[in-house]
Amino acid sequence: MGYLLNTDLQQQEMLDALGLKSLDELYKGLPASLIRPDGPDIPNGLGEQGIAQAFGRMADKNVVFPTIFRGAGAYRHYIPAVVPAMVGKERFLTGYTPYQAEVSQGTLQSTFEFQTMVCELTGMDAANASMYDGASAAAEAVTMCKDRKRTKAVVLGGVNPRTTDTVKTYCRAAGSPVEVLSAKDGLTDLDALAAALTDDAACVILQQPNYFGLIEDAAAIAELAHSKGAKVIMSVNPISAAVLATPGECGADIAVGEGQPLGIPLSFGGPYLGFMAAKSAMTRKLPGRIAGETVDSQGRRTFVLTLQAREQHIRRETASSNVCSNQALMAVAASVYMAAMGPQGLKEVAMQSYSKAHYLAAELDKAGFKRAHGGEFFHEFVTRSPVDPAKLMAHLEKSGILGGLPLPGGEILWCATEMNSKEEMDALVSLCKEVLS
Amino acid sequence: MKLLFEKSVPGRRSYYLSDLDVPMASLPENLCRKAPPGLPELAETDVTRHYSALESRTFGINDGFYPLGSCTMKYNPKINDSVAGLPGFAGLHPLQPIEGVQGLLEALDMADRCLSQITGMDKMTFQPAAGAHGEFTGLMLFKAYHESRGDAARKTVVVPDSAHGTNPATASMCGMKVVNLPSTADGRVDLVKLQEVVGPDTAGIMLTNPNTLGLFEQEILEITEIVHKAGGLCYYDGANLNAIAGVMRPGDMGFDCVHLNLHKTFSTPHGGGGPGCGAVGCKSFLQKYLPGPQVQKDGGRFTFDQSDESVGNILGFYGNILIVLRALAYIMAYGKDGLPLIAKHALLNANYLKHRLAERFEITNKGLCMHEFIITMEKEAKASGVTAMDMAKAIIDNGMMTPTMYFPLIVKECLMVEPTETEGKETLDEVADTYIRIYDALMADPQAAKAFPVNTVVGRPDEVAAARNPILRYTSVDS
Repeated sequence: MGYLLNTDLQQQEMLDALGLKSLDELYKGLPASLIRPDGPDIPNGLGEQGIAQAFGRMADKNVVFPTIFRGAGAYRHYIPAVVPAMVGKERFLTGYTPYQAEVSQGTLQSTFEFQTMVCELTGMDAANASMYDGASAAAEAVTMCKDRKRTKAVVLGGVNPRTTDTVKTYCRAAGSPVEVLSAKDGLTDLDALAAALTDDAACVILQQPNYFGLIEDAAAIAELAHSKGAKVIMSVNPISAAVLATPGECGADIAVGEGQPLGIPLSFGGPYLGFMAAKSAMTRKLPGRIAGETVDSQGRRTFVLTLQAREQHIRRETASSNVCSNQALMAVAASVYMAAMGPQGLKEVAMQSYSKAHYLAAELDKAGFKRAHGGEFFHEFVTRSPVDPAKLMAHLEKSGILGGLPLPGGEILWCATEMNSKEEMDALVSLCKEVLS
Repeated sequence: MKLLFEKSVPGRRSYYLSDLDVPMASLPENLCRKAPPGLPELAETDVTRHYSALESRTFGINDGFYPLGSCTMKYNPKINDSVAGLPGFAGLHPLQPIEGVQGLLEALDMADRCLSQITGMDKMTFQPAAGAHGEFTGLMLFKAYHESRGDAARKTVVVPDSAHGTNPATASMCGMKVVNLPSTADGRVDLVKLQEVVGPDTAGIMLTNPNTLGLFEQEILEITEIVHKAGGLCYYDGANLNAIAGVMRPGDMGFDCVHLNLHKTFSTPHGGGGPGCGAVGCKSFLQKYLPGPQVQKDGGRFTFDQSDESVGNILGFYGNILIVLRALAYIMAYGKDGLPLIAKHALLNANYLKHRLAERFEITNKGLCMHEFIITMEKEAKASGVTAMDMAKAIIDNGMMTPTMYFPLIVKECLMVEPTETEGKETLDEVADTYIRIYDALMADPQAAKAFPVNTVVGRPDEVAAARNPILRYTSVDS
């Protein structure tokens, strides 16, 4: 049954060696009232064939949209076949956290390479092995910025509300304040930010491109924050990071982001990949696992988990984060994706997404879906909707299209990537027109 | 071996995308980064060879015995990966309409019901991405509960000194003060001391049962009663659930909230350090505070809504969903009658191996152990300088993963051995023979013990140098 190995004979030999009569005697001496003789009230076991069929039936009940114009934190990009092939390698899949460096050089080197790529993307000095996702990475970054006097996190209005919500939860746990600002025409209101940067402000969280797809003046925001003594956490989309000014260039102290666009399937929201990188001054405040380079007893290049004095298993209640297991395998996926794409391929993904979003925005505009904001955008943008967005979405879904995300106030957040062909976009616009007429 | 970056050949690349079929838009110069990221330039052949080489320098579960104590490194069934990867699950957008994800919600609902039954809880959330994330969730629930009763002065969390480091670290993250509870001489919770430390400031206790010494807390009902009587709540750290799943339930022991490491007890692959899932279950009085949306069956339809009184979200979306599907497939493979056999065979294997090793090693667990046991080499270290580290590194040299080293912190020179149920007697016999042979060799030549491992691609790393002069990324020699 299941995946047990001992045969009846082996079981008997082992029980005999232990002087026991039955498996139940392994629990002898434990409080009898706690033992449940009948097992849990769950369905009977199935063979592998039955499991495959049951999951097949459940999977078939779901709707996988062939065409998607929705992002808002989860993006459909082309995933080269090499990515799942490498991620599926059994040792990467099944190994534990690489505490035993001598037999974990593969995982450790891969982590070191991932850290390097994250630094290259973000223009920062040091990265960690990964975080649970982009939202929790932003929340943990706040902790890195707090000190005795400065505890408040200022969250800009252009930050994905799901990230903001996660930051609020973490800050509520720690008992520290959060101030969430409103956006002005979809962008940061520098006057409101200046007012929020009080003496207790520890950091500003900025998202680039922001939730509405707009490109913020990150350098100006960072300069303002620094002038008031606050640190800057910049959350970036890793695809746009290939072409936009980096957090390092914009003056951010910490860069975080959701790594899902780097070769990870939509998967109804997880597993995804948080990444985090910092300027050298803050390296020792990074949470989680970090791989470092050293030498072995014979002077050979060797990778190890390092700076462990920061971590919970050493510092216990004085550790600033409890994170241990992270999303290591997803970091392998992102690394393979970036290695396969290379600098040129990644730039192409970025520029195709950018170009297609701009084509789509122009076509939707002609159909009467005017952009809600004026600023420069990357691969997402918000339009007003001349019809009830719910009615529009229902119409699109009938044709296998997942339209943009309806926002409060009747607006729609659209997204286009290299996956959306001109034909698809033209079909979308025609369907929009149908609803209008 | 070379790094990806050292294999880069300028101008080399692979081609994955279709040609752009709309006009190329140009990004304003002032918005652009100054130089492209320094990613390697490689063909797919280079990439696949690189990762094959990396894989060969990694030890996986199927390479041999993997007895990491407290980590439950059991076999990861292939069917689990296969069903979780179905396009009908992996292709779903997290923000698509609920009508199109009914099959997925059906699976989550089934996982919720099964895990609630197994733990004796009333409702689960799958949002926590790992065990530590589950602990954070649990303490947030405690906090919300006390605050809702105007009992906000409860700010201390009792943690035994044998606990995982995540327990005290979590309490600190939640703005709570940790009260360390020293264990009794036999390694269990000291009821007298517990009674002394609990009071009107107690938010709760965090316990692993069986604890990290592989001991069952015999007086668990008394422990939870003492905490409850003081007004605190009881949190079950599910790291060691594999010893009791299907046989005993944390809910029956008096726990109010549990986290499960689906990547331990429920066989989902550890991925070299995640993604896991720290599913959290709670009794009904805490349900309204759970983070993330909850699956509910409403007639023939599943809903997925968040409670108004939820502590908020702890992740952008709903958790590592594909990991939950793997765990469900695993539960389905055993079912009602089979599930208790997991724990029983985990105990059988641990006790048998302990029995075999007891002829040579000092083992701290007297009598029957639960699913793991602890070897201490304190005497050997004092007498001849042969440490637990030396033993572990020599084990590696024999093609096996080590036991967990130097944990729990309260046992000196220790190795924590957890064979799991997915080993057969013949392997355990071979392991016992190997451990004894290694032990005898080390004791015969203590000087040589420091040299191991010698059969691996690298030897013992200089960890001090790594921390003193951190090199955390590759930098090309030219730059």
